[in-house]
Amino acid sequence: MTPESKHLEVTLETQVDSVNLAEEMCLRVAEAAGFGEDECYRIGMSVREGVINAFHYGNQERPEKKIYLAVDLTDDKMIIHVVDEGKGFSLRDVPDPLAEENLLSTSGRGIFLMRAFMDEFDVVPGRTGGAEIIMSKKLPGPGNASPNGQGSGGGRAAAPQQES
Amino acid sequence: MTLRATYRDAGPVTVVDLSGRITLGDGSALLRKTLRELLDQQRTRILLNLADVDYIDSSGIGELVSGFTSVTGRGGEMKLLSLTKKVHDLLQITRLFTVFDVHSDENVAVRSFR
Repeated sequence: MTPESKHLEVTLETQVDSVNLAEEMCLRVAEAAGFGEDECYRIGMSVREGVINAFHYGNQERPEKKIYLAVDLTDDKMIIHVVDEGKGFSLRDVPDPLAEENLLSTSGRGIFLMRAFMDEFDVVPGRTGGAEIIMSKKLPGPGNASPNGQGSGGGRAAAPQQES
Repeated sequence: MTLRATYRDAGPVTVVDLSGRITLGDGSALLRKTLRELLDQQRTRILLNLADVDYIDSSGIGELVSGFTSVTGRGGEMKLLSLTKKVHDLLQITRLFTVFDVHSDENVAVRSFR
């Protein structure tokens, strides 16, 4: 991403390597945008979880399906979109991994981590009929303190952004 | 950084030294394979040394929980040793500190097994 470019998107294969690729790509953007080490970790983890969600739950690990990743840098935030080609899902149907009965579940923590680590988080119907995860983090800078910088809160709903 | 796993005996306890990332793919698979190997050898007192594990994703967390339930299901115990700050924070926000017995001193951890 050049200084003039504020939008980056890539189509990923439904495979494990795409998770690492997406994380590395977004980490580079986050570092270039000035995020510190802790915030880069939270952004990288959230991207990983978003793409894992698309890979496993959305596309059901079917290699003929694609994952679409887009990153936007606006004046005040970094916005990440992850779109899959699955059937879509509602956040209301996602079990709470902190509930006593779910603590020993071996899955179902990805959505929780994205919510905890990002400032805004939402899932909407994607253009391909699957789910679109939209999450954002406020850019570092004076008067731009991240409301969720400690990774312990819950991401608020992110308004879908118009892609440039 | 891919995960590496070796194990050694500390009295009746098997200490598994892990280093790298426990993430979707090879990392999670190696942890699963190592724990299965130990259970196959009837080693059911397991201490996972995470001092050199600086990154775990939800897949890795799932593998830790899966290992924990497998070991306890066989009447054994699985405990964690020397968490890095990131892993500590991750287990805290996911409430898994209420599930795992976590230690910072290996000798104390080894003595805590039944």
